[in-house]
Amino acid sequence: MITFEDVTKRYRDGTVAVDDLSMEVPTGAITVFVGPSGCGKTTSLRMINRMIDATSGRITLDGQDVREIDPATLRRGIGYVIQQAGLFPHRKIVDNVATVPYLLGWNKKKARARAMELLELVGLDPGLARRYPFQLSGGQQQRVGVARALAADPPVLLMDEPFSAVDPIVRASLQDELLRLQSELRKTIVFVTHDIDEAVKLGDTVAVLRVGGRLAQMAGPATLLTEPADDFVREFLGRDRGIRRLSFISAKEVRLSPAPSDLETDENGGPLGWRTADGLAAYGTFNPETDSLRVALDAALLSPNGTAVAVDEEGRVRGVAGRDAIDELLAEYAPPAAGPARGGASGSGGGSSSGAGDSEGAPA
Amino acid sequence: MNWLADFFGDAAHWSGPDGIPVRLLEHLEFSAAAFLVAALIAVPLGLLIGHTGRGALLVVVAANAARALPTLGLLVLVVLLAGVGTVLPVLIPLIVLAVPPILVNTYEGVRGVDADLRDAAYGMGLRGRQVLFQTLTPVALPLILLGLRLAAIQVVSTATVAAFVGLGGLGRFIIDGLATKTYADVIGGAVLVAALALAVQFAFVLLDRVVVSPGVRQVR
Repeated sequence: MITFEDVTKRYRDGTVAVDDLSMEVPTGAITVFVGPSGCGKTTSLRMINRMIDATSGRITLDGQDVREIDPATLRRGIGYVIQQAGLFPHRKIVDNVATVPYLLGWNKKKARARAMELLELVGLDPGLARRYPFQLSGGQQQRVGVARALAADPPVLLMDEPFSAVDPIVRASLQDELLRLQSELRKTIVFVTHDIDEAVKLGDTVAVLRVGGRLAQMAGPATLLTEPADDFVREFLGRDRGIRRLSFISAKEVRLSPAPSDLETDENGGPLGWRTADGLAAYGTFNPETDSLRVALDAALLSPNGTAVAVDEEGRVRGVAGRDAIDELLAEYAPPAAGPARGGASGSGGGSSSGAGDSEGAPA
Repeated sequence: MNWLADFFGDAAHWSGPDGIPVRLLEHLEFSAAAFLVAALIAVPLGLLIGHTGRGALLVVVAANAARALPTLGLLVLVVLLAGVGTVLPVLIPLIVLAVPPILVNTYEGVRGVDADLRDAAYGMGLRGRQVLFQTLTPVALPLILLGLRLAAIQVVSTATVAAFVGLGGLGRFIIDGLATKTYADVIGGAVLVAALALAVQFAFVLLDRVVVSPGVRQVR
């Protein structure tokens, strides 16, 4: 676990980047630091691996003050991913990934074998191993950056706006990939972004920081959306909080009815459309096992009759859910009536963090 | 072309203590000695200043001073101070000539490395010296080699001045040729110096191929 205890960073010119920050970063989960420029999110991240040293207060890693650990040794035990990937241009991809294993004195063969494993893990063609960074696309370079950070199997991963320099489509796929990796690896990840949507998508816990380096609220994404601590957080979260919150509710509990006869299906049981006087009309589908309530609602809104089609993994119709069925579930997940409407103390503790998941392997 | 034929066709020019092979060897000796000393001073200094950021003023001063100093004047001055007969009066002006391009390019090369890359190197857990030698130097290598190449070419061309103070080298053909109005020797000597400079240039192109990582060569 990483803890911040009254951490302040003040620069010589008097600028305060981080102001009396105290928080606990849960082990085995993704904690996102989010906020506008100048909120000290990157500074906070960089104080963990001592790229910046705090002016006062302390940061502990598994109980040990990071100031007591030699910086290079500390950093070799913490994965670090930065915005432009920061790959070494003069080294082949495989050797970039093996950077930390080499530093730790692994022999070349073992380090390269490990690097190849990681390339596969992050979804890269092993054929890219012999290339140089300039021969890869931005998205591929960023994957290599993640592989490099994971090479020595560190329990902690620091990611400083790693996906902000790639286009939206690549960014979304990198985000999905990170979530997939995390479900396997259960690392303690601190992720910095200025993009609240990214924060809400990736974070088990989201720490919202305000300009001047103060913690505005720390909570799970669903809680954040329904119960923003104050106007700043509410404004930062932006519009459609109610709808976006539905992404965190599983569609599993939606009450399904048998498919009505006016839903045409093909020979495999997949939906073709709603039969109407003018032919087949559009339909929307969701998979109750894997999709959220937001997807189910979206599917209902896409059908002329307001009925969402539930399908299984093979795309076969399992039933339908009308707006009434969706509404029942919406009512169940209505925000608490007595929730703090305005102001309130800054949140503490992670809402939906998964707590003490063990990270894989020993720290390097 | 006649003069060239006269010069290179004369068998007497190809042997003896004042033949082309001996003069060429002398020329290379001065040049190599001056170049090596200059490189040994300027490369480490450039790396250090580029890496630490301290002493950048020195680089600027050195670069400007070198442009202002007349090589021949310096040569005469050192001869007056040190006396004729040793090789030192030739080496000093050549070293002074060669240091600035190496120093400036090495410094600029190291300083110009992308800040993100430097950040990543430290963030991975490289120590200061490892950052310098495993990241900054390989990435700055094309510029460092450029500095070395410029210096080497300048030294090789300028080493002709050794003949002014009674030393050997290819300059002998030019100086003696002028004195005796044997223009074939002047031109022959000049052609040899030019060819040598081209050979140096070519050698550095080859060196670049061998020591610079393809990943870096493509980026620049």
